[in-house]
Amino acid sequence: MLSVSHLTCQRGERVLFQDLSFELPQCQWLQIAGANGAGKTSLLRILSGLSEPVEGRVTWNGTPLREDREAFHADLLYLGHQGALKEELTPLENLTLSLGMEGFEVPETTAVQALHQFGLQGREQLPVRFLSAGQRRRVLLCRLLLRPARLWILDEPYTALDIHAVGFLSGLIEAHLLGGGSAVLTSHQSMTLSPGMCVTL
Amino acid sequence: MNHSLVNWFKFASPASFYPLAGRLIPYFATVAVALLAAGLWIGLLVAPTDAQQGEGYRIIFVHVPVSWMSMFIYCVMAFWAALGLSFNTRLSGMMTSALAPTGALFAFLSLWTGALWGKPMWGAWWVWDARLTSQLILFFLYLGFIALQAAIDDPRRADKAGAILALVGVINVPIIYFSVQWWNTLHQGASVSMTKAPSMAHTMLLGMLLMALAFWAYTIAVALMRVRCIILERELTSEWVKKNAME
Amino acid sequence: MIRLLAPFRQSVWRDLLLAARHKTEIITALFFFVIVVNLLPLGIGPDPDLLRKIAPGALWIGALLATLLGLQRLFAPDHADGTLEQMALSPQSFTLLVAGKIVAHWLVAGLPVVLIAPLLGVQFDLSGRSLFILTLSLLLGTPILSLIGAVGAALTLGVRGGGALLSLLILPLYIPALIFGAGAVEADLAGIGPDGHLSLLAALLVVSTFFAPWVATVALRVALE
Repeated sequence: MLSVSHLTCQRGERVLFQDLSFELPQCQWLQIAGANGAGKTSLLRILSGLSEPVEGRVTWNGTPLREDREAFHADLLYLGHQGALKEELTPLENLTLSLGMEGFEVPETTAVQALHQFGLQGREQLPVRFLSAGQRRRVLLCRLLLRPARLWILDEPYTALDIHAVGFLSGLIEAHLLGGGSAVLTSHQSMTLSPGMCVTL
Repeated sequence: MNHSLVNWFKFASPASFYPLAGRLIPYFATVAVALLAAGLWIGLLVAPTDAQQGEGYRIIFVHVPVSWMSMFIYCVMAFWAALGLSFNTRLSGMMTSALAPTGALFAFLSLWTGALWGKPMWGAWWVWDARLTSQLILFFLYLGFIALQAAIDDPRRADKAGAILALVGVINVPIIYFSVQWWNTLHQGASVSMTKAPSMAHTMLLGMLLMALAFWAYTIAVALMRVRCIILERELTSEWVKKNAME
Repeated sequence: MIRLLAPFRQSVWRDLLLAARHKTEIITALFFFVIVVNLLPLGIGPDPDLLRKIAPGALWIGALLATLLGLQRLFAPDHADGTLEQMALSPQSFTLLVAGKIVAHWLVAGLPVVLIAPLLGVQFDLSGRSLFILTLSLLLGTPILSLIGAVGAALTLGVRGGGALLSLLILPLYIPALIFGAGAVEADLAGIGPDGHLSLLAALLVVSTFFAPWVATVALRVALE
């Protein structure tokens, strides 16, 4: 369970949000809504342990993030709004290498299957720089299929996806929740998923 | 023990340190002026003229204390940096950045006075002496620290990055000093020792000591003034600064 | 142990693969080294005695500058595209991943310099023995340059004027390596023997291997905040 108490976030001299508290139990997902610049990404970065809040604390299963970073990160899958893809490498290399650095040895056939599921047949060996924005996003989302994690933190996961991919992703998230996982998403678009909890910044 | 710890952390908050610093500055400034006057009086008037070096040697009353201080201030900066990184106190970072310009100034003065002294003594403005070279590198380290802090916009990141650099620097200073000496002996360069302690008269030593203490008090006064400016800049939006500004 | 090192190997391999797709960058850095070292005789004059004397220093300073060239791109591309965030969030040790990147940087930027150095040494009329010592000193010393440089690259990550700032921070810290490295050959020529210099260089290498990746990781976490 992810729990957040009395969080305050400051960017430079501006206070983005103050005294934010919530709990995210298993099988639930949380939408973070808010205008541009309200601090959605800043909140996600705090939740993932990338940045430290000015005040307040975040715990995962009762343990503060900082005390057992490795255990928390083993449970966490974070997809930022940046691609984390290397233009020079193929989708296949991108997936296997980034997962390898996280300690997951993924057989090539499994990675190819994941790419196919996201509709990237025939693009496995093409350098990423030849892919469109939506296709790049799909390569990134393949990590959801390949890397087991109990908590998903996804920053704008629906950006640049077409209607099929949106449906597929929603299905994935639902399956993840049914399997006992939890998720935190930010999104501008109206969500097709059944409503979870919502925090508006 | 516990009680005193609480007290220290109370002053670690910028809001309570600001007025305290304001009260302390005049004392340190007065001490600095008094000691400077005494030190210069001994150095320029009382101390005997050197048989070999004439009147020119009197610049060491500035040169030696300034060199001491430039090294000492870097260590103090590293101390504050370590404190800031381990306890995450904001004031420590501010102290580190407040000390850096004074340290750089002293390192520069040390080089400048060294050159002024070297010209009549060795016949050259610059000699690749181990001490001079180390001092020059220390000056570069100060410049690097100031430049790094100036280049980072977010003050929290600037403090932490500066602290890491100061600690890396302070570990390297002895290594650099040792390597430069090693280099110097290999090349048999100018092996003129700058201060021969045993032959120094007591009055000379006293003068230098007074000057060093004067610079020490000056450093504290100036650093406190600078810390007050930094606190105001960083806490512009907070309530207590607004209240202070109204008064 | 082997499982623990797997992510480290992946990190090295990934950076090598990326470098292999950017071959021009490696060649440019190497060419830069060659041309800087070759400019010195043109500026100083072709007197063989003088050249033999300045050769160790010239090659070492060339190696120093060539390393600096690649350092600016050690973390910057990974920072720009979000890969660094993913590495920081890896359940594996971030320090090991950073160490992998540093090793890859040395393999790409340092090792070619070491390998071509004897050839340039010949241009400076160095004897066989001096060439051997010089190459050995570079072999011990260039990893130090990558290690300390990584700390500077992490500190200046995403900062205005990062490149020039990086040089200002790092070059003073390179001085001991330069002195012991270039000094080894001179000490040998002076009849003292290079052992002292080379041992000190090795000691520096050990110390920086232990501390630099860790300090660079701390600095990267600060930069990512």
